[in-house]
Amino acid sequence: MLRSFGRILVLLAFLVLEVPAIPLTGLMLLLTFGLGMVFLFPWQVMMVRGLAELNRRLMRRWTDIEIEPPYLPEPPPPVPQADGMYRSDRTLYKTPRIPAWNNRWKWLLTDPGSWRDLLWLVLDVVVKPLLVPLFVVLPARGLRLYAQWSELLLGATTASRLAGQVSHLKRTRNLANDSKAAEMRRIERDLHDGTQARLVAIGMTLGAVEQLVDQDPKAAKALLAKARDASSETLTELRRVIRGIHPPVLAERGLADAVRALAMDSPMDVTVDIDLPHRPDAPVEAAVYFAVSELLSNAARHGNARKATVDVSANGPHLRISVTDDGMGGADPSKGTGLSGIERRLAAFDGVLALNSPPGGPTTVTMELPRVLPEHWAGDVHKMPRWKTVAVVMLWATAWCPTMPQGVVAGVFKVLGTEEKAWFLALHLPEFWQWPMILGMITVGLFMHVLAIRIPAAHNRERLLTGKPAAKVLC
Amino acid sequence: MTNRVLVAEDLYLLRDGLVHLLQAHGFMVVAAVESGPELLKGLVELRPDVSIVDVRLPPTFTDEGLKAALAAREKVPGLPILVLSQHVEQLYARELLADGSGGIGYLLKDRVFNADQFVDAVRRVAAGGTAMDPEVIAKLLASNARDEPLAALTPREREVLEAMAEGRSNAAISQRLYLSESAVAKHTASIFGKLGLAPSDDDNRRVLAVLAYLNSR
Repeated sequence: MLRSFGRILVLLAFLVLEVPAIPLTGLMLLLTFGLGMVFLFPWQVMMVRGLAELNRRLMRRWTDIEIEPPYLPEPPPPVPQADGMYRSDRTLYKTPRIPAWNNRWKWLLTDPGSWRDLLWLVLDVVVKPLLVPLFVVLPARGLRLYAQWSELLLGATTASRLAGQVSHLKRTRNLANDSKAAEMRRIERDLHDGTQARLVAIGMTLGAVEQLVDQDPKAAKALLAKARDASSETLTELRRVIRGIHPPVLAERGLADAVRALAMDSPMDVTVDIDLPHRPDAPVEAAVYFAVSELLSNAARHGNARKATVDVSANGPHLRISVTDDGMGGADPSKGTGLSGIERRLAAFDGVLALNSPPGGPTTVTMELPRVLPEHWAGDVHKMPRWKTVAVVMLWATAWCPTMPQGVVAGVFKVLGTEEKAWFLALHLPEFWQWPMILGMITVGLFMHVLAIRIPAAHNRERLLTGKPAAKVLC
Repeated sequence: MTNRVLVAEDLYLLRDGLVHLLQAHGFMVVAAVESGPELLKGLVELRPDVSIVDVRLPPTFTDEGLKAALAAREKVPGLPILVLSQHVEQLYARELLADGSGGIGYLLKDRVFNADQFVDAVRRVAAGGTAMDPEVIAKLLASNARDEPLAALTPREREVLEAMAEGRSNAAISQRLYLSESAVAKHTASIFGKLGLAPSDDDNRRVLAVLAYLNSR
């Protein structure tokens, strides 16, 4: 109670900042658009955004209402053209400064978030005083109501969420493409330097044999043996390359046995616990396999571990992998490329990696790949909460009554002037109220139908949009 | 002594080459099949003296051959089978050795290049012995690197152990390592002592004991 009052006092004190901000904003906008002092605009937007963000943070801390920032993602830095110049519309610049400023200006100007923030600021100085009576009587309730009001204008919109997802997808796609390309280059190098060179050597040896075979059969025989050995070595080399592309056990047996095979090949004593009802998709299997492989070899090589545990399990449609070892710990992702390589691989699936490695061990790496398993494994993912289902069923079951008999049919009776009143409520009312009642009934019925359609649709949309870009939790 | 052989391999050239190679060395090829179901049928019905089986076979091109081999050995315990593959895995070696009855081989396909050694391995498997690829043994030893009894072996004893685990007899080991047979016998006795295994005069049983020891770690 007392704490709520304290918070409300802070909120009201906040007006001291908000009230002068309004004329200042007005002045800046006037100077920007009236006198062309465009450099003021970004400052103005940033000032309002600062106030809005402060409000979001307070609401998040004080109530359970999480207000997501609605801003569109910032434009990427300008990329120079082939001739080293930076282009902005139809002008070329030598430095990226002006194009970057232009992009930023456009971004701030066209983002609906900027203008909604401004609207919030102007209305907020009215709403807060209006809420004061409620604040005094029911402070907790008042705070919640205020948070809901803030969310109305400061919360994320569908468009801003989609834009955020698009930019996240673009980033992960680029990461995935980069790591694919790097892999291709590595394979190309392996084949070029190893296999190809060895095959050339075998071909040359065989050429020499051809020349020698008549004059010096003994030497030819010796050369043939050499060629045979070389072909054996080539095959060994090729096997190594293939293992790096897609390990044969993974192709033949799937993730569970491939991880078991890894455990066997490891010098550590590795316990494997895999609980998956079916095989995940091949790209997921490969990513997990290489991640586990890298982690196990890290543990053995750098951590000096003797024992390790690999645990792979399905958590609904999410795949969770944890690798624990009893090594000396103190692993630092910024030192080696191993962990960041795994992160890059997992990024393609929105996967996250959490490392817990205190000095002295043990080291635990937990990876989670959200929604990579078919949803039917998990069962009831599509289900709505029970109250929504009940509401939809009730709406469908009753909506016909106000629309048809009490609304339309009663209207027809009224138009035809039939004496029969039956159970049509409107016709039993005094003349003056009959038409409003009929129209009201139709409105109520239609509204109920719309609700019955909207609730499940909105639920599905919420589900699609809650796939928030996964944050990086590397600590 | 002619041995009745079954060959299962999906690549025509390699299958044909294997058949010719085996015929040239006095084997009688009773069937040359190219898919998993055919292989299982052939193994159970013909009961060849030894079968040479590729791990990857149609229709799934996964581990069809290995599965058929394991299934057949379940029905006909000790049915001699030599498994060939482009790659060797400890996992598969353990599965093949799990029943502990011998008559099993697991080699890389490259080993066919050396006809004499390959035929020798086929004969060994046919006689109820084992033929493990040196690479399998190397992997087994590498994953047991921290095993203390193993670490206590001298380099010479380690070489003997490797050769023994591949499935070679004392005579073959002495030839390969340029030792006298009695020296090899002495080394093997010492290895068995260090690993805490019961000594045995029977070559095959001895090999299986060593592999079981390595696999149990």
